[in-house]
Amino acid sequence: MTATAMAPSLAETVTRRFAARRRMAFAIPAAIIAYLVYAAISFDVAGLVNRARFDNAAILLSDFWSHKTHVTRDNRNGKLTVAIEGEAKGTYPEGMLPDWVSVAGGVTTIDLGQGHVVTYDDAGARYVVPGYGTIDIREVDGRPVLTAPEPLPSWINAAENRIAVTTPAGRFNYTRSKVETFRYQAGWELWFFTLDSPFYGKSPGELAGLALWGDRIAADRSNLGYMLSEFWNNRMWRHGDVAWAIFETILMAFLGTMTAALVALPLSFLAARNFMPLGIFRAAARRVFDFIRGVDGLIWTIILSRAFGPGPMTGAIAIAITDTGSFGKMFSEALENIDEKQVEGVRSTGANAVQRARFGVIPQIMPVFLAQVLYYLESNTRSATVIGAIVGGGIGLLLTQAILTQKDWEEVAYYMVLIILMVMLMDSLSGWLRRKLIKGS
Amino acid sequence: MVDIAFGPEKGQRPDLADNREAYLDMVRRKRMYGGILMVLFVAIMASGWWLADSRNAGGFWNGLSQLFDFPAEVLSEAWAKRANLPHLFWDHVPALIETLNIAAVATLIGTVAAMALSLLATRGLARWPRMIPVFRRIMDMLRAIPEIVIALVLIFILGGGPVPAVIAIALHTGGALGKLFSEVAENADLKPVEGLQSVGANWSQRMWLGVIPQVAPNWLSYALLRFEINVRASAILGFVGEGGIGHDLKLAMQWGQGRYDEVVAIFLLLFLAIVAIDRISDHYRHKLVKGH
Repeated sequence: MTATAMAPSLAETVTRRFAARRRMAFAIPAAIIAYLVYAAISFDVAGLVNRARFDNAAILLSDFWSHKTHVTRDNRNGKLTVAIEGEAKGTYPEGMLPDWVSVAGGVTTIDLGQGHVVTYDDAGARYVVPGYGTIDIREVDGRPVLTAPEPLPSWINAAENRIAVTTPAGRFNYTRSKVETFRYQAGWELWFFTLDSPFYGKSPGELAGLALWGDRIAADRSNLGYMLSEFWNNRMWRHGDVAWAIFETILMAFLGTMTAALVALPLSFLAARNFMPLGIFRAAARRVFDFIRGVDGLIWTIILSRAFGPGPMTGAIAIAITDTGSFGKMFSEALENIDEKQVEGVRSTGANAVQRARFGVIPQIMPVFLAQVLYYLESNTRSATVIGAIVGGGIGLLLTQAILTQKDWEEVAYYMVLIILMVMLMDSLSGWLRRKLIKGS
Repeated sequence: MVDIAFGPEKGQRPDLADNREAYLDMVRRKRMYGGILMVLFVAIMASGWWLADSRNAGGFWNGLSQLFDFPAEVLSEAWAKRANLPHLFWDHVPALIETLNIAAVATLIGTVAAMALSLLATRGLARWPRMIPVFRRIMDMLRAIPEIVIALVLIFILGGGPVPAVIAIALHTGGALGKLFSEVAENADLKPVEGLQSVGANWSQRMWLGVIPQVAPNWLSYALLRFEINVRASAILGFVGEGGIGHDLKLAMQWGQGRYDEVVAIFLLLFLAIVAIDRISDHYRHKLVKGH
């Protein structure tokens, strides 16, 4: 074709291409929006707004930074219990009360702060709300009777057998069987020591004093050792168990990644064109890698946890199997891209196949190998959290249990913070190792 | 090279004339370090596996003999009821589509977020150069939180359904892709951007017309790879949380014997979907990056 013959058709082609481009520029966003609309309908996003429980979100957020203390009186036998989060582990022992609760001659006074005062006495209970008045509850014929300034505001919920009051200072519930007051306070209570520990409620200065020169509290061991053991075995927060769980999760990721790399490295030679001349073996090795990757970590995890039971080893094997497929594929691709000249050089010295691989090939794929292994180590720390939730090991299990009980959200917050710190730590560790090992600086 | 190998102090350097001796010395030292590292690594691996084994409910050798019991049991039951399989297949196609939809929507939303975050966090392109570290930390945080954490918390607030999974995966995708996108954008040619600036284009115009066309093939390729990963993640989230084929699989597994034909149908469906998606995305990624 000559240039003159092309000129008019060229202009036409260009115009047509421009028009096509312009159409595409509208068609692609339109297709994406259409798809999102379809997805929104099929996911029932409109119904979600009705189903969403924003009160749950409020509970969750307030639990993230605060704790509540339950002050409960059993109306049948008059027994008073003060318990943090209402748990047996956080119950104040006999004769010990927080300083905002006082008991004098059958009358319990609870100071909720900001002028809010709740009183339990033999006849019933009273709640003084500043700026509103006194909510008085008397038991008449075995039924609570409410006397409060009319009209009742929306934060007082009075049913036949139950009266509930919610104020910014706390919550108050009265039923025939018991009367309860919840006080919210900032911080995670009992994080260091539980109530039954001799170190509870001491300031850091006092603790340091005890640890360094105070008299021994327990005769058979030093105060510092006692303190550490009380902290480590804290029954509320279980620091020791949590630390073990984190360690287990990292262990799963480490063992799984390293084992996968060690298994995949020799296998990848079978799948590389320049090392395995026999097409049958090559195809077989590749199909094995494809199969392992296709079956997916989830299914491997399920099958393995049936055989090996719950625990970190199951998780480690699941990670190892899944990643063997990915590593095998990547390493064999790296092997196919090596420079043959180095291998030739090693061969010229009379080296055998193993020596050629060791001195001619491995040094060339080492950067790819290390970079991928370290990257997977980091990403597997995250996966190990999820796999731990399925196989029952590590921090993933603790987290899912804490979430499924829907009670201790401060524990959920604690685990979330720990998981994020763990992943970030592994991220920077693997980045540091990568720089150190590959660039050699 | 020699200077690096023998250290900086002149007086302590071996005689350079005798470089054979010096070379052998270096090799010996290298081998010794390598050997120590190797022994250390083997020791860590061995004790690690031993520890993991001791903390596992079932032992390794015990489990190894049972490894094929469960698949054999499942497969034999499914084989006996193989007539049900095609019909069970169809039953679970909607759940599979839901899983794929979760992954696709999350990838779309995450990619858009990653585009914005990566441009804001790339040196030379950022809208507010002082904010680069802030956007980088945001991406780090998004990457660090495992999807399951966000998903389970959102299930508590939003109730069941696919939306918590979408949000969880999208957030993670935003962080993970943002980092990769920003690495690509760092290598973009700045001349078109300067050209656009000289004719008075604002920041979004400069990015949309000057940067995006350059990085689009690589970005799309990464987004496709992420879609593959997200399909798997969405199946796993279904198993742990709610929604999609993962949830069906969990229900069938919990039922146990009697519904193993269903388990096999779901396994197969998931396997085929993952392999097909891997193949298709592999094909297009090659096309995008190699340009043909």
